[in-house]
Amino acid sequence: MAYPHAHPREVRLLSKYFGDEDAIGIEGWAERGGYVALEKALEMGPDEVTEVVKESGLRGRGGAGFPAGLKWSFMPKDGKRPNYLACNADESEPGTFKDREIMRWTPHQMIEGIIICSYAIRAQHAYIYIRGEMVDVVRVVNDAVVEAYRKGYLGENILGSGYDLELTVHLGAGAYIAGEETGLLSSLEGRRAEPKVKPPFPAQRGAFGMPTTVNNVETLAAVPHIVENGADWYRQWGTEKSPGTKLFSCCGHLQRPGNYEVSLDFNLKELVYDLCGGPPEGRQLRAVIPGGSSVPLMTVDEIDCDVSYEGIEAAGSLQGSGGLIAIDDSACLLRSIRKMVDFYAHESCGQCTNCREGTVWLANILRRIERGDGREEDLPLLLDVGANMAGRTICPLSDSAAVPVVSGIQKFEEEFVAHIKDGTCTAVR
Amino acid sequence: MITGTRTISLEIDGRPVTVPEGTTLYDAARQLDVEIPVLCHDPRMRPVGVCRMCVVDVGERVLAAACVRKAADGMSVITRSDKIERCRKTLTELLLSDYPEGSAREQKSADDLLLQLARDYGIEGRAPSLPRGNGRPQDDSSPVIAVDHSACILCDRCIRGCDEIQHNDVIGRTGKGYGSRISFDLDNPMGESTCVACGECAAVCPTGALTVKPITVPIEADRPLETVDSVCPYCGVGCAITYHVDREKNAVARAEGRDSPASESRLCVKGRFGFDYAKHPQRLTTPLIRRDDYYPKGPLSSDVKGERRKKPGGLVDYDEVMPAFREATWEEALDLAASRLKAIRDEFGPSTLAGFGSAKCSNEEAYLFQKLVRAVFGTNNIDHCTRLCHASSVAALLETIGSGAVTNVFSDVRNADVAIVTGSNTTENHPVAATFIKDAASKGTTLIVIDSRETGIARHAHHFLQIEPGSDVALYNAMMHVMIEEDLIKHDYIARYTEGFEELKGLVARYTPEVAAKICGVSADKIAEVARIFGKANAAIIYWGMGISQHTHGTDNARCLISLALLSGNIGRPGTGLHPLRGQNNVQGASDAGLIPMVYPDYQNVASEEARQKFEEAWGVPLDPNPGLTVVEIIGGALDGSIKGMYMMGENPFLSDPNVNKVRKALASLEFLCVQDIFLTETAEFADVILPATSFFEKTGTYTNSDRRVQVGQVTLEAPGEARLDWEIVCEIATRMGYPMSYDSASAIFEEFTSLAPSYSGLDYDNLKPTGKLWPCPDPETSDGVQLLFGDGFPTSSGRGKFVPVDYQPAAELPDDEYPFVLNTGRMLEHWHTGTMTRRAKALHAIEPEAVCQMNPQDLQAMGLEPGTLVTLTTRRGTITLKVRSAPSVARGNVFMPFHFREASANILTNDVLDPHGKIPEYKFCAVKVEKA
Repeated sequence: MAYPHAHPREVRLLSKYFGDEDAIGIEGWAERGGYVALEKALEMGPDEVTEVVKESGLRGRGGAGFPAGLKWSFMPKDGKRPNYLACNADESEPGTFKDREIMRWTPHQMIEGIIICSYAIRAQHAYIYIRGEMVDVVRVVNDAVVEAYRKGYLGENILGSGYDLELTVHLGAGAYIAGEETGLLSSLEGRRAEPKVKPPFPAQRGAFGMPTTVNNVETLAAVPHIVENGADWYRQWGTEKSPGTKLFSCCGHLQRPGNYEVSLDFNLKELVYDLCGGPPEGRQLRAVIPGGSSVPLMTVDEIDCDVSYEGIEAAGSLQGSGGLIAIDDSACLLRSIRKMVDFYAHESCGQCTNCREGTVWLANILRRIERGDGREEDLPLLLDVGANMAGRTICPLSDSAAVPVVSGIQKFEEEFVAHIKDGTCTAVR
Repeated sequence: MITGTRTISLEIDGRPVTVPEGTTLYDAARQLDVEIPVLCHDPRMRPVGVCRMCVVDVGERVLAAACVRKAADGMSVITRSDKIERCRKTLTELLLSDYPEGSAREQKSADDLLLQLARDYGIEGRAPSLPRGNGRPQDDSSPVIAVDHSACILCDRCIRGCDEIQHNDVIGRTGKGYGSRISFDLDNPMGESTCVACGECAAVCPTGALTVKPITVPIEADRPLETVDSVCPYCGVGCAITYHVDREKNAVARAEGRDSPASESRLCVKGRFGFDYAKHPQRLTTPLIRRDDYYPKGPLSSDVKGERRKKPGGLVDYDEVMPAFREATWEEALDLAASRLKAIRDEFGPSTLAGFGSAKCSNEEAYLFQKLVRAVFGTNNIDHCTRLCHASSVAALLETIGSGAVTNVFSDVRNADVAIVTGSNTTENHPVAATFIKDAASKGTTLIVIDSRETGIARHAHHFLQIEPGSDVALYNAMMHVMIEEDLIKHDYIARYTEGFEELKGLVARYTPEVAAKICGVSADKIAEVARIFGKANAAIIYWGMGISQHTHGTDNARCLISLALLSGNIGRPGTGLHPLRGQNNVQGASDAGLIPMVYPDYQNVASEEARQKFEEAWGVPLDPNPGLTVVEIIGGALDGSIKGMYMMGENPFLSDPNVNKVRKALASLEFLCVQDIFLTETAEFADVILPATSFFEKTGTYTNSDRRVQVGQVTLEAPGEARLDWEIVCEIATRMGYPMSYDSASAIFEEFTSLAPSYSGLDYDNLKPTGKLWPCPDPETSDGVQLLFGDGFPTSSGRGKFVPVDYQPAAELPDDEYPFVLNTGRMLEHWHTGTMTRRAKALHAIEPEAVCQMNPQDLQAMGLEPGTLVTLTTRRGTITLKVRSAPSVARGNVFMPFHFREASANILTNDVLDPHGKIPEYKFCAVKVEKA
């Protein structure tokens, strides 16, 4: 069964069983080939598993795109201190809803990935840090963890391998910043979800001060496939630098919004127009945000690129989380941007001055322009504040808040100018 | 923190520099004299890198915060560039845009760091184009600290000051993003939170968000204040302070922690905010002589008479007491005092005179006062309040290891694997010493707290043993039993440095953990566990307070603790030692100076022919070879007529001595009493002559803290009216009694004292500044003094430390059907002893204005008592009425009350039975009845 709009041009690796009720439980999952990869991994050495993942070129699907196998290889192997894995299931990037569906339909796909990764990084304890608002998904994940314990995939001496792993599901309490990897670790430790200064990186000092790997749900869900079928098999999709498939959560002004899994060399424009059906009848798209609200806006002219990390970057944005937001000509772009900045202002943890103060300033200046009280010097002011928010702070939330403003002014200056000069909006109502 | 010995080479602004591994870029830059601007960073605290003002370019995408980023090999750092400077300027603008007009810090002390940065970056006023006004509130609820959330830049300094320096853990952050605010507890107003008003937050705050409130005179930056480096007048920690003095108004405007090894710039509420008592209108300013119609003598105020006042609470009503006295000239008063004392001496003999000195007075005053009593009065009847706090500890220490002083400083807890804190409410009574213990406990030292109350320090303990009051000996004997049984003792040390081990072993064999458990109310397993932890420690240190000493078996308690240390070889090495935490600011010094009936200065025995000859020679008169009487014995002597005349310098035995009803009779029956003090105390109501003295702030002198650190307290204020220096008054009395005494200055007296006290040898006012020296200090020019004593034997006749095994003895007065509760007395954070100073300190009085006792909530419930209601406490010696507070820290069956309050004096209730060795009364235990008033 397809979910919700299947398209023949997709490569449904992770999303194959989306919408398939029978794939949720462990028996159904086993019938669909589940936990075969785990058995295989346990027969390999931990470093061998890491090596396969490294060779596959799998990159982090949470937004930064850091090579997963490389990240694992930073973990100490001496066993002097406990190693931890934290699965980042705190999916909250505006426009992103892929991890939610992975967990809702295929929780064991993620859990199997977690066990294999934990084995590879020599962790005895893994955590799923899951967004607390996803009440129904939490229930599914909790049930699946219980099932995995019952089956002997978790706990002591997993499948007779001598390897032990505990898995704890930890609910977030509703802060976007808890999705930032070090903010997540702070929250996991029972503190405010305040990001930590890096270095030291989590692999040196993570959860509870111990070496920790933090991986996104989608990243971990891809691991069993790679381990089972090999690195070369995985590399049949995507590009040299961005192998494999990726889920895009597509929303906004589209005819067929939803999750689409495509090879990473797929064309972005085709994703928007063919798979998602383009904008509603009679509308023109004005802007596309390809990777959640933290990445630069793209004009429609820019989107004829492939969806690989490097492809989108070359075209002027970033793949980010794969949360694609399409904005057509009915929307006031300024207002859309202001609402994004409002979101970041609300979600800033408040530690760093640039972010705590800057987000509110950006939002207030934008609000002033929106009201019709804008001044010409507001644009350079926005750019100046934005410039001093990006690349200056402990975590990248501050960068994210500046991104829609700076890219908006760069690419859609006429929208801002119209508001400032004429008090009007370029949106077609 | 610098972690390694490896060095790192890098380049900062093109200049090469080599630093130890772990050095931050900020510190590395300082090494090159490159200043990087900071707001959130303070070298005393863990860097957090949140203000982002210190960002530097290390060639990465993100600018790095120099305060947290560690130097790495080959790193090339740029600390100033257009990009960086623009970032700093924008940050300053951002912060300034909604900064309130007129920062409280700028107005009070002109050291607002944000405004300084604004000036540096040439930002005048606020950027007009920016939205402003964060609408954050002000919080005026604390009596001592003004909170202006709108001036808060969320730099985290106050939070770290509270958490990491003082370990009070009150301040946190609430809200997120722009709505973030600092918060107290669960976002309560500061004054209603668990804040203990130490003021560290205001001291570290860089802006106008947290500032100290004025207490005496307005704190205004444009009013020039003079600074005086001195020390704190309160407890034995001896914190170094800089007082900011308004010369025109002759008042301390504010107090600031000063860096010294004893206190590392920390202060508590008393030190920071309790300095205004010296300016209280009730200060004595002229000599007073009792009017003829107020004889026979007796108490004057209703509280001292023991009558129930209509409105309980507060200070003495001078209208009730002043009519009994007339003003006199100094000549008349001194002549009268000297002639009466001389007449008694000549008629009844020297031993009918006695003097009480005070541990609040300086070493010079203490030395001179005991010289007066010994050389002029001709008796050794000289004692002071040390008798009431650590006399038993000192007795035990002298007996076992030959020295009454601490063997190590309190801050060395940082080197200890295990620390025992027993019978000490450290967080309230030695708040700054407690910060070192709390800090160590948070960094790996295993903290064992043993107390009958769950005091503040217990919150930081890894193991808290809430023992039955007075059961200490059983517990320590059982610990030693386990250590010997399981061979967790240091045989080499015992063989080389101790004697009496077999006797100890024989005695503690009977004290199995099971036996002790029945006495202590702590499980046998827990006792054994703690014994193992202590026994296995490589370095362990023991702190104790009045909970050990103020018992009829106080000496026994201390003997046990000493045995524990000897058994485990925990003396004389870093992180080890015996540390009886001293109460008064100069309790160590007053004892060192000889305010003790059995010893001359520096513990030279009056019974020793050699010592006596030395002092007879020095002072030029024959001296009494018999040891004198102790405090409680002298009061007893007054009662039975064997003591007829007394001179008290700064003591207030009416409130501080046990069994007030007895003290009242005793003081009333003295033929002559001369009281020298700064206020008309409860004791002074019985005086024939009252001499107005100078307060701590008005004189120079040295004070020796609990660590043996001798520090100089400096003249800060001018004395009021005709008040005179204490040492001058003593000289006048001596001279008038026929023994001419005169000195040029306090330092001249110190010189005479040190010439007779070998432990102080070499110390003088010049080498004691700025942060004092530990005695002994063989080389004061280059050394801070000897921190660790007795690493190689003890100053006993055998050179060995002696085990003195003791059996458990119950307290003198056990609860029964009529008096079913156990009464324990002590102090509270905000008040000092008899309240003479602190109840006249505005801020301290505002925080704790009235007498209270504390009981377990379950006991209150069982008795149908609401917290805050008045209760009557009755013992076999008297009755008082005061409010009761619900305190889970107090175990069931117990009542705790502080002794600061004249209107409900704890010592009306206490038992004046004494420890046979230390002659210390059993303040910590008597049977009491509780009734609804």
